[in-house]
Amino acid sequence: MEYILIFITAIFVNNVVLSQFLGICPFLGVSKKVETATGMGAAVAFVLVIATIVTYLIQHYVLNPFGLQYLQTIAFILVIAALVQMVEIVLKKVSPALYQALGVFLPLITTNCCILGVAILVIQNDYDLLTGVIYAFATAIGFALAMVLFAGIREQLSLVNIPKGMDGMAIALVTAGLLAMAFMGFSGVDKGLATLFGV
Amino acid sequence: MNNFKILMNGIIKENPTFVLLLGMCPTLGTTSSAINGMGMGLATMAVLVCSNIVISCIKNIVPDMVRIPSFIVVIASLVTILQMVMQAFVPGLYATLGLFIPLIVVNCLILGRAEAFAAKNGPVASMFDGIGMGLGFTIALTVLGGVREFLGTGKLFDIAILPEEYGMLLFVLAPGAFIALGYLIAIVNKLRKA
Repeated sequence: MEYILIFITAIFVNNVVLSQFLGICPFLGVSKKVETATGMGAAVAFVLVIATIVTYLIQHYVLNPFGLQYLQTIAFILVIAALVQMVEIVLKKVSPALYQALGVFLPLITTNCCILGVAILVIQNDYDLLTGVIYAFATAIGFALAMVLFAGIREQLSLVNIPKGMDGMAIALVTAGLLAMAFMGFSGVDKGLATLFGV
Repeated sequence: MNNFKILMNGIIKENPTFVLLLGMCPTLGTTSSAINGMGMGLATMAVLVCSNIVISCIKNIVPDMVRIPSFIVVIASLVTILQMVMQAFVPGLYATLGLFIPLIVVNCLILGRAEAFAAKNGPVASMFDGIGMGLGFTIALTVLGGVREFLGTGKLFDIAILPEEYGMLLFVLAPGAFIALGYLIAIVNKLRKA
């Protein structure tokens, strides 16, 4: 039950993009078409789950035993960068079809702050490995959901007349604001569910 | 004179937030008040100036193949130092900015300037570029934070200007960040064309 609660909270209540402001760059940058938005969402989900597992193991089996916690930021970003490269190489060999679909998005992911952000949050919140993985996966779904919804709106938006000064990023940001407002409607759902499940 | 031009370039002509649209996550995430925005801007500026200087010094030693990873290591080391300094001297601000301090590492503004400027220019020019871009970022974050704080709570830099009940709480919350930044960018667009 606790896992379902974490899952729903991470997707709707604390949506990674719309309420925690992580991963805004790809959210604004590659959301002009629903197709690319879906691709990016899938690529992030893939890397985020693997990165969370690896950084968790590094924190608990390398950094903590040797008292190197202050190296967390450096270690994590290096691991994530290397991991993204490795995922790219492995994917190319093992599943060319998947590589075709996700390929262009993978290099962009290294500087996606939601990967490093979630890796650090999992350590800060003291999750165990399974909870961390579920949290990471749910976060990635939340990211993909926000991306796809936003891309859908932007596709429609490209057909209408927009005041000149607002054209481009300005109108996109206001749209994102309205989307965030819609997601605010979920606030409190987590507390209701917690009472319901008796957690 | 040339250095002055580089400095102003970052503040006005290529303002990282309003024109280049780099580093959006901290811009939206930490500007619930003018003070927080300014703190985040200054923290980013400190890292940016140092990383620009270091990278422009080592640019000839580092092989081209491993350029990006080495830049990231330099930036991550500087962020770690900043993290420790802030934890020691401004623990309050450190707690408010929270997760966004380690996330300076993945701020595209810093790696972007390293690639676009510091890797091609000398240390002095790079330092001025770092100061200019950093100031531009700080000003943008302070303005956005000020707008959100004023509209949301009726205060500015924690000084009450309007009675609290006039504030629209929405602007302090997440949607307000997007909407306020959207309109600020629209205003800047308008001014730049005029």
